[in-house]
Amino acid sequence: MSDLARQLSENLAPVTASFVARRLLLGLAAGSLVSVIFVLAVLGLRPDLVPAMGTAMFWAKLVYPLSLAWIAGLAAERLARPAASARNRLVWLTAPFAAVAVLAIVQLIVVAPESRESVVMGGSARVCPFLVLLSSLPPLAGLVWAMRGLAPVRLRETGAIIGLAAGGVGAFAYAWHCTEWGAAFLALWYTAGILACAGLGALLGPSLLRWR
Amino acid sequence: MLASLAGDADAYRTLLECLERELGRFFRRRLAQDAAEAPDLVQETLIAIHTRRGTYDTSQSLAGWVYAIARHKLVDHFRRRGRAAAISLDDAGALFAADDRAGAEARHDLDKALARLPLPTQSLIRDIKLKELSHAEAARARGISETAAKVAVHRGMKKLAAFLHPQKDVPP
Repeated sequence: MSDLARQLSENLAPVTASFVARRLLLGLAAGSLVSVIFVLAVLGLRPDLVPAMGTAMFWAKLVYPLSLAWIAGLAAERLARPAASARNRLVWLTAPFAAVAVLAIVQLIVVAPESRESVVMGGSARVCPFLVLLSSLPPLAGLVWAMRGLAPVRLRETGAIIGLAAGGVGAFAYAWHCTEWGAAFLALWYTAGILACAGLGALLGPSLLRWR
Repeated sequence: MLASLAGDADAYRTLLECLERELGRFFRRRLAQDAAEAPDLVQETLIAIHTRRGTYDTSQSLAGWVYAIARHKLVDHFRRRGRAAAISLDDAGALFAADDRAGAEARHDLDKALARLPLPTQSLIRDIKLKELSHAEAARARGISETAAKVAVHRGMKKLAAFLHPQKDVPP
């Protein structure tokens, strides 16, 4: 009767409290590396990087997706544990979304009426969400790998949240290529790409995250 | 479990043996006609508990974590059988029913929950629910009225229930 208990307790290795966080970070880091390489090698760094670094929008395009990824990552750390709730971490997601929406509205009001369209559509609105999604696939794969070794029980919710985290990281990587400067562009098209990744995660979660 | 996470093999084996018995009971009750499958599910669950022991959050109830994994395995089993996983909402509560208690571990959870209540309520609940004194006896020992004791116990039990079953929703 106790054979299994004896076998499992042999050579027992201690486990640290940060086990879940470290595994998720490992998956995320590996995936992010691939997506950074993809953006730099395939899409290429934006040519005006140095002057752009003096603009607020350059930093907003990095901080916004990264803050989404960070909050979603914290929520994923809860969802990786059975019988734990991520609700009180998820409410923080409203902050970056609201901040970018406010930024977009302010810029639309301030900017000259004739350049409003270029603030919203930029020159790459058609490809932006797809390239963000594409850049997000490696971190998504890394997070799926990490989650499969943990113990999520709400698979659709977990899939959506790791999709959101991967989308944030993918958009962060893509921002090094993108030359857009509109806050409304960021609010619409980056968000669309990030949410597409979250949707993909929710779609695939129940089948990909099932563990034995 | 805390000792197990730190690497204490003896404590871990004792815990696993205890869980093995409790999980056996848990699965036999829920599988009804195909209770013969219970040993396999117990084994799978123990292995999952072992390989995923890093996902236990030490600030939370151990029983809640163990039975969430067991429930996941049960749903998985039904799914493999191609049967609609008809897990009733009551199961979340039933997990803590008297016969499923993992003995000392359930007591540990209970102590933790009790510690959140005001001290007088704690001792009232211990006297009445655990030592089985009557409300009148417990009230007299503390110099309060029987009604006051009943109200305090009732409120305390409600808080306990809320702490022991934080999530009523069932996984998909």
